[in-house]
Amino acid sequence: MAKEQEREIIIRPEGGLNRYWRDFWQYRDLLSFLTWRDVLARYKQTVLGVAWSLIRPIVTMVVFTLVFGKLAGLPSGDAPYPVLVYAALLPWQFFSVSVSESGNSLVNNANLITKVYFPRLIIPIGALAVGLVDFLVSVVVYAGLMAYYGFLPDWRIATVPLFLLLAIGVSLGFGLWFAALMVKYRDFRHVLPFLVQVGLFLSPVGFNSAIVPEKWRILYSLNPMVGVIDGFRWALLRGTTPLYLPGVFLSVGLTSIVLWGGIRYFRRTEQAFADVI
Amino acid sequence: MSAIIVEGLGKRYLLSHRGRMVEGYLRDAITSAARSLGRALSLRGKGSGDERDEEFWALSDVSFRIEEGERVGIIGRNGAGKSTLLKILSRITRPTTGEVRIRGRAASLLEVGTGFHGELTGRENIFLNGAILGMTKAEIHRKFDAIVDFSGVERFLDTPVKRYSSGMYVRLAFAVAAHLESDILLVDEVLAVGDAEFQKKCLGKMEDIGKEGRTVLFVSHNMNAIEQLCTKCLLLDKGRLALQSNDVRSVITDYLYGFESGPAVSEWSSSGEEFRNPWFRPVRFAITDGRGRKRPMPVANNEEAWIWVEGEITEADPALKVGYAIFSDDGLLLYWTFHTDLPESKWPALGKGTWILRSRIPPKLLNEGSYRVELIGMLHRRIWLFEPAVNAPGIYMTIWGGLSNSPYWMERRPGLFAPVMEWTASPAGSA
Repeated sequence: MAKEQEREIIIRPEGGLNRYWRDFWQYRDLLSFLTWRDVLARYKQTVLGVAWSLIRPIVTMVVFTLVFGKLAGLPSGDAPYPVLVYAALLPWQFFSVSVSESGNSLVNNANLITKVYFPRLIIPIGALAVGLVDFLVSVVVYAGLMAYYGFLPDWRIATVPLFLLLAIGVSLGFGLWFAALMVKYRDFRHVLPFLVQVGLFLSPVGFNSAIVPEKWRILYSLNPMVGVIDGFRWALLRGTTPLYLPGVFLSVGLTSIVLWGGIRYFRRTEQAFADVI
Repeated sequence: MSAIIVEGLGKRYLLSHRGRMVEGYLRDAITSAARSLGRALSLRGKGSGDERDEEFWALSDVSFRIEEGERVGIIGRNGAGKSTLLKILSRITRPTTGEVRIRGRAASLLEVGTGFHGELTGRENIFLNGAILGMTKAEIHRKFDAIVDFSGVERFLDTPVKRYSSGMYVRLAFAVAAHLESDILLVDEVLAVGDAEFQKKCLGKMEDIGKEGRTVLFVSHNMNAIEQLCTKCLLLDKGRLALQSNDVRSVITDYLYGFESGPAVSEWSSSGEEFRNPWFRPVRFAITDGRGRKRPMPVANNEEAWIWVEGEITEADPALKVGYAIFSDDGLLLYWTFHTDLPESKWPALGKGTWILRSRIPPKLLNEGSYRVELIGMLHRRIWLFEPAVNAPGIYMTIWGGLSNSPYWMERRPGLFAPVMEWTASPAGSA
């Protein structure tokens, strides 16, 4: 720290990249404080509080079980249909909350951006953590669900963190793109919920992706969330849905591209945030 | 050693052809893409010029150097570029041209309580705000007691700040900022809020910071604060550095009197276009003898002097208030008054047409000295038409002589006012 103070800061119209990551590290406490603020405010403000992050996935699970499991009569493998749906809702819920939160995060924190300097990446990353907290709450529900159906996981559950990491990658990748785009285009705010909605139907949340014909499988996996959801199901449901490996690899590849592009685009537009927000 | 070196700094903003800041909309991007595609297809390559964005230089070619431990005041009218300069120095926005070198850790305080969250308690907000201003968790822990002490809100530490009075809120926020461990502190107009007691405390704190050898840059409209606090003063005018000197007082007087409007004049008349509005468009504003003749300066304190406001009304609005504000040569507001100060039944009636409003400047009230008088006007509780210290037209008045007939009061006394008071005496014991 003492050495840092001696350093000279040079402000120019362009450049200064290497300094950025050092600043990012210095402001790491801000990251945890912003997350903590968002989580605290979320649960202090709303009347429903924690209940809200429980009700949404549970209602979705019930509806999907009725529509896809009962009405359409889709197969669920060996797992009970509600468990099948909920195992997919865990990553999907995380994705949709994180992407909307981080997508809106810059605009929501406009007052900070125009008044204080810090690496702006902290804002969408902090917002992502709100999704992570919701995720942990949902995990508790899932545990209850498994106990109720007596459907306990096996060793494969140890791989969940890997797929969660992938889910974080996808969410952050898209979140960064959307956050930066929303600063640039104000009306993107209305587009985002629609995109997330469409994504829900394009992803195998209400049904098992095993029902997708084999020849379309790789095409279907172009949606990076397909790999994430399949992975979660495989890890949580004792492998009753076999893992489609090419899909997972494709998902990892696409996620890396989206994330890399997101960071780049974010960094490129970041310098003008304070001027246009 | 120089703490800050600024060279050829410029900042350009783009305004859309409607005069607003450029705002992006997806639908605009799509329609303009479609339009250019359409143009390309119909082979009419030429774009229409009316959609071009206009440039606006908030700062241009600003260069200066600030030594370590200097306390620098930055003054200028609204829109002169003060805040833009501070934003560039605090790395919130990038310059368009030029370069800044800052030696040491800089902390900026552009707004009191940035990032405060109403739902969180005072204690929680200290940590949050500290982190936002760039402190680490350990640093905040270390300073926590001092911050609480300085703010004086100890009893309410566990109350959500949304229940705080605005005074408490500001005190807590400033307390956090004041305990930043930085070599350079950038402060924007923080003292505009809070009570007089607290303002004094803030000024004191900032003086201490300066004495510790830290560098302070301070933007303010409060000329007294600038004069008290600063060892150097920069004057910005329309984005350019108009003046810089270690003689702070001379920069301030130049700013308040002379520098913009040339020699101090006691009459202002409209060149036609400015302040165009239907409710009251000022035509002439002057200090007169009461019959419209310009009053030669200086005015003796026992002589008649009248404010004369001539203006045109094309749309009568009952909410219209026209008046004047009077400032001492330190920039201190002495009072302001509107033509609607008396009970409603006594207001001069104003309808459509050209009107002359007159008001006698109270004799034997102001002390000898020079004063800036600004024409102010607004629609009550709606908008300023000409706002004091912002865009109001200003004229100057000098008072000299005529203070009193007393043989013991021949020359200027200290103080802003020089009223002649009545005294009575009665034998002790009888009252």
